[in-house]
Amino acid sequence: MKHYEVEILDAKTKDKLCFLDKVGNIFTFIFTLYPQWYPARQSIRLDPKGKSLKDEDVLQHLPVGTTATFYFRDLGAQISWVTVFLTEYAGPLLIYLMFYFRVPFIYAPKYDFTTSKHWVVHLACMCHSFHYVKRLLETLFVHRFSHGTMPLRNIFKNCTYYWGFAAWMAYYINHPLYTPPIYGEQQIRLALIVFLFCQIGNFSIHIALRNLRPPGSKTRKIPYPTKNPFTWIFLLVSCPNYTYELGSWLGFTLMTQCLPVAAFTLVGFIQMTVWAKGKHRSYLKEFRDYPTLRSPILPFIL
Amino acid sequence: MSAPAMGTRKTAHTDSSNKKKKGPGTLAIAYLVIYNVVMTAGWLVIAVGLVRAYLARGSYHGLYYSIEKPLKFFQTGALLEILHCAVGIVPSSVVLTGFQVMSRVFLTWAVTHSVREVQSEDSVLLFVVAWTVTEIIRYSFYTFSLLNHLPYLIKWARYTFFVVLYPMGVAGELLTIYAALPYVQKTGLYSITLPNNYNFSFDYHTFLILVMISYIPLFPQLYFHMIRQRKKVLGHVEEYSKVE
Repeated sequence: MKHYEVEILDAKTKDKLCFLDKVGNIFTFIFTLYPQWYPARQSIRLDPKGKSLKDEDVLQHLPVGTTATFYFRDLGAQISWVTVFLTEYAGPLLIYLMFYFRVPFIYAPKYDFTTSKHWVVHLACMCHSFHYVKRLLETLFVHRFSHGTMPLRNIFKNCTYYWGFAAWMAYYINHPLYTPPIYGEQQIRLALIVFLFCQIGNFSIHIALRNLRPPGSKTRKIPYPTKNPFTWIFLLVSCPNYTYELGSWLGFTLMTQCLPVAAFTLVGFIQMTVWAKGKHRSYLKEFRDYPTLRSPILPFIL
Repeated sequence: MSAPAMGTRKTAHTDSSNKKKKGPGTLAIAYLVIYNVVMTAGWLVIAVGLVRAYLARGSYHGLYYSIEKPLKFFQTGALLEILHCAVGIVPSSVVLTGFQVMSRVFLTWAVTHSVREVQSEDSVLLFVVAWTVTEIIRYSFYTFSLLNHLPYLIKWARYTFFVVLYPMGVAGELLTIYAALPYVQKTGLYSITLPNNYNFSFDYHTFLILVMISYIPLFPQLYFHMIRQRKKVLGHVEEYSKVE
């Protein structure tokens, strides 16, 4: 009946030179005609305002008649997720250390290269640095990304956010006039336990999510609790990585008793809730048997 | 056996776009008419107050005091417009409206009200007059639009007066903030210093300077947006008369 496969064979050897049966082939084809539009920035859809077709969509299965009209949109310059993450996270790591070591021109000259007399300040630096080193390593070795790229302007937006907040927090925590937490050692100890617990939790979730997806694939499956107790939170929450992330920053806020840290935690929480709700909704849409006990980010609450 | 024709896709698309444009119901329109009438009246009160005070005193110095209360009341009342956008009875962006109203409210309360010494400045009169004329035109424009009886004069005024009033208002605002700077620095108004238990500091003086700087990128964008709107709204009316 209708065939949407195009084969081009070598006339002499009958070797298959190229084969058009997936949307991805069209991306390649357009790229050869218009080299400025590399595949990552192409969006092809059946309706000008509709959803983009995916690379692996099979042409034969598309809902078209005897002639197919595709609509093309240039998504703009793209940048890889890995690049964005590495830049986003390297910034706070280095910026915080600059404030910690009291590099000149930040505080009054008599404080240049001095160290804080409060041990919680050293602890905070270790925690903050550990957090971002963990994120960098996870980006390189743990995460499996569904989309290769995002729009280029995102890197400016994201870096402004991460770097800006890191500088703002670090300025006060490492300030010569920093005031340690009111409840002293008790408060700091509790905060550290919460922080470490949530860091391990967050890492456990990242590993569990990675193991859902074989290397190189883009399959989506429902995550379930594993043998690791830190993953048992999957019983109650769709995106426990965000739950643990919130917990880590609450711990850090408690540890430093610093208003800018609380502000950063709040803004992050709002953003992660938006993401968690979206992910939760798409889980519900995609899987008929999705567990009903789960909430997006906070058990039973949100 | 043949697949559905491509033609059906187009109508389905327009159907869905028609469904989206619901618009406000009759109750909402009634409320908005009342709101805009009240606001028009309020700003007229301020206009009349300014004129009467000027005639009584014989000078335009220190007229702020004669309209201080209605100015605060009606300018603050404009916060409702953010709600209107959020609820959906007005088709504007919440962020844009919020930004515009908050900047007015900021100037009214956080600068003019808070720094008593600037209240007698002439720059205050500059932005108060600009705001008053603009708002009378703007709110009557909305009122008539809602009632589907918009006189061309009001439409023309709305899209023409801003050419002078907008820069006038901005000048008044900037000069007022500038006048407030030394007093803010001297008294440490709204500022928090280290050390404190929350490990946070805020310098209102520096903040005001940053606000003034932000006018540089923002004002041209808003101004030229209105100029483009003017061409669009008033422009094609001229075209129609050419056709005739």
